[in-house]
Amino acid sequence: MNGTANTSELSGAMPSRSILASDKNVLDHIHAWLVTVDHKKLGLMYLIYGLFFFVVAGIEAALIRIQLAVPNNHFLTPQVFNQLFTMHGTTMVFLVGMPLIFGFGNYLVPLMIGARDLAFPRLNAFGFWLSAFGGLLLYFSFIGGEGMAGAGSAPDVGWFAYAPLTAKAFSKGHSTDYWILGILVGGFGSVATAANLIATILSLRCRGMTLTKMPLLVWLNLIMCGMVLVTITPLTAAQIMLLLDRFVGSHFFDTQAGGSATLWMHFFWIFGHPEVYILVIPAFAIASEVIPVFSRKAIFGYPAMVGATIAIAFVSMTVWAHHMFTIGMTSTGNTFFVISTMTVSVPTGIKIFNWLGTMWGGKIRFETPMLFSIAFVFHLLFMGLTGIMLSAAPFNWQLNASYFVVAHFHYVLVGAIVFMIFAGVYYWFPKATGRLLNPRLGKWHFWLFLIGFHMTFDTMHIPGVLGMPRRIYTYEAGRGWGILNLICTLGAAVQAVAVLIFVWNILISLRKGQRAGADPWDAWTLEWSTSSPPPEYNFAEIPTVKSRRPLWDIKHPTDPDWKYE
Amino acid sequence: MPHALRKLVFLTCWAVKRCFAGDAPLYLISPARKKHITGKIVLLILAQQRIFAVEKFDSTLVPSIFAPESVPAHSISHLAGFVLAITGIIFVVVGGLLAYAVVRFRRRTGDDGTEPAQIYGSGPVEAAWTIVPILIVVVLALTTARVVHEIQDARQPSGALEVQVIGHQWWWEYRYPKLGIVTANELHVPVSQGDTHRPTFLDLRSADVVHSFWVPRLAGKTDLIPNKINSMWIEPERTGLFLGQCAKYCGTQHAKMLLRVSVDTPEDFDRWVKAEEQNAEKDPTVAAGRLVFEQTACINCHAIKGTVANGRFGPDLTHLMSRDTLASGVLSNSPENLRAWIKSPEQFKPGVLMPAMNLKDADLDQLVSYLTTLK
Repeated sequence: MNGTANTSELSGAMPSRSILASDKNVLDHIHAWLVTVDHKKLGLMYLIYGLFFFVVAGIEAALIRIQLAVPNNHFLTPQVFNQLFTMHGTTMVFLVGMPLIFGFGNYLVPLMIGARDLAFPRLNAFGFWLSAFGGLLLYFSFIGGEGMAGAGSAPDVGWFAYAPLTAKAFSKGHSTDYWILGILVGGFGSVATAANLIATILSLRCRGMTLTKMPLLVWLNLIMCGMVLVTITPLTAAQIMLLLDRFVGSHFFDTQAGGSATLWMHFFWIFGHPEVYILVIPAFAIASEVIPVFSRKAIFGYPAMVGATIAIAFVSMTVWAHHMFTIGMTSTGNTFFVISTMTVSVPTGIKIFNWLGTMWGGKIRFETPMLFSIAFVFHLLFMGLTGIMLSAAPFNWQLNASYFVVAHFHYVLVGAIVFMIFAGVYYWFPKATGRLLNPRLGKWHFWLFLIGFHMTFDTMHIPGVLGMPRRIYTYEAGRGWGILNLICTLGAAVQAVAVLIFVWNILISLRKGQRAGADPWDAWTLEWSTSSPPPEYNFAEIPTVKSRRPLWDIKHPTDPDWKYE
Repeated sequence: MPHALRKLVFLTCWAVKRCFAGDAPLYLISPARKKHITGKIVLLILAQQRIFAVEKFDSTLVPSIFAPESVPAHSISHLAGFVLAITGIIFVVVGGLLAYAVVRFRRRTGDDGTEPAQIYGSGPVEAAWTIVPILIVVVLALTTARVVHEIQDARQPSGALEVQVIGHQWWWEYRYPKLGIVTANELHVPVSQGDTHRPTFLDLRSADVVHSFWVPRLAGKTDLIPNKINSMWIEPERTGLFLGQCAKYCGTQHAKMLLRVSVDTPEDFDRWVKAEEQNAEKDPTVAAGRLVFEQTACINCHAIKGTVANGRFGPDLTHLMSRDTLASGVLSNSPENLRAWIKSPEQFKPGVLMPAMNLKDADLDQLVSYLTTLK
């Protein structure tokens, strides 16, 4: 051992490392991933983790859709159905959405600001493993739970777990405890990673990259992480109070002892509504990178984009009670939340118009990431408008907790976020692996997913208008909901096929994909200046930038951006 | 291969027949039928005539929010129309711009490979698309605020009917405090026609968890929250039956907490009130059945006015036979269904809080014949 160490010291690290690499077996590779503090490996692990649970929660959704395909169906028992929608919602938000956005943030932020890693690499690994074990803890409930329905069951209280359904009296056993603890642990991980990303963005930018020259993706991640710090806190507080209720006998939410059910609602939604923006702002971030590159134009109205996002962040923290228009607030209270909620549409509109302005006058290339991004802009418009309908309190008294709401937020979570996750994967896959995803399969994936998405979620608005509430395991025939639900289910099947194509595309492209080179899209931000995949240290030399599009400046030395910014 | 195929077809047909055949009410499907999950998956993949045939329904029973028959529901539907019109215009304009941009500014074949003109922004344009949405928001917010006020701050007229609605897992209790009536699951209210305004003001409470009262054609929903008293009102303008159901997830049987509101003519309503005010019938021919009721745990949860039974955990049964359905709308009210329900509630509503009492068949028959006298 001594001899080896001496040799490597004498001969320099590189040759001996390459010899060692060939000796590595599978266990060494796994070990290297388990102990890594590299932001790129952790970013990829976040993404793999998120995509894995995306498939799991997708299967749960498929079972839900089969049960609802026809009236009075007996495919699932009510208990299992209730567990499935609880786990589907919880998983999609906490084990899919959060890891995926942090995966992109982790992988891309240091590369885009010309840094070698996050500010606190070990904290980064800690955050990831907390989130990962939070997810495993939640899923362990399938074995260890015991909820309303008895032994061996997952949580069945719904993803926002309204009190007092979560009180010991109504939720016996431990399934609700797994739900609380899984989210609590994952929440600590999210806070750690958010703090880490903020520190990185504020202190590790390369020379020349002032705040106003950061790529929009970095700006939007900074804002998103600030929101995580502010809004995970009330959720954590509420979860701890609920744990105290369940284990120590406190009465925060225990209505039978004078506790308050509405207190939980306020706590949950003051987290829950900004959470939607925490998930959608990274989707905006990806769109703000992809749309300019494939339109061949600089982003339109960069300062307005940053300003609008900051506005969304602030306003989104004042709108939470629009989830609670039906709980009997005063008319003044309701009106306040009507106004604050409608106000969000102004900055959101600005963003849509700026993306339109970016495409306007460009030369749009319809590569797979751009296809997903165009669909995203359309979905954002649509769900913004259904959002306005829901923000009109009296209209909301009808639509609240109906399938219209389910359709609306799936437009947000699937139509906007999942579409942009797909766009992001197609766009940066060549950077992370050195190989392009197959564009033919990519187009199949896009078109099938688009068709399936619209079949399911456009249709789903209608049963809501016809009086179908959410979270019902079956419904009576003769209400006009049957055919609509069947179409939703068929659409879900089409989406499932599209996702299978996507997974297949990843698997074959990893081995046989076309070599990408450093800059396959002719893009402009720093991550495309280093090799694909980037070396562990990202950049051989820390770059210096003069504008928001450093690679544009290099590619167009006679007409650089910094002249105009 | 042909053998396997034949087997598949056979299995499918069999599954179709077992699950969906016949016109027997689907809630009477036996537990045995529920077990053939494989058959059902095949069935769902291949679908069948019943699925593709247009679902038969009575359109007056579809609880559409755009078929209002009550004052607040009308106001909401008007507001909804206004919001839909504005959002519809925005959708067409912005969606049209997007479609135009995508088509007009696509890279053409034979493109020279140069980059298009780089435009970084435009003050006036950006100001325009900020100010116009702000104006739209002001209009929408003011209109909405007016309707909120109109519905929520409406004064209760002196002639209004008052009803307490109490949500339970998983049924509805109605108490008419000024009339001394207690009933369950099927609400009766008078119609407001012509010059007689007779709205019903509901005050909403919960005995356990959060529920929500939603009859779309009569009004928007309002939650029933423990330790909180909420209120809402309806003023139906047409007689008839209006359907709805609990709209906030309240546990295992949330899906089967159905609502039926019967809007009666003033005369019918008064007749109904007269009947409901009476004590339960004491028919000596079913005394044995009454004894069964009074001597088992039934009385712990159910009340029958004029007897020793005064339980409050379950629906009041004083005038059970005046109701069209059992178990909160799950079963139609017939002696056979009543018997089947008492024998095994779990079969129709898994997770229901009413236990099976394991009565002897003879006792069960007597009990049912007693209950069917509770007109």
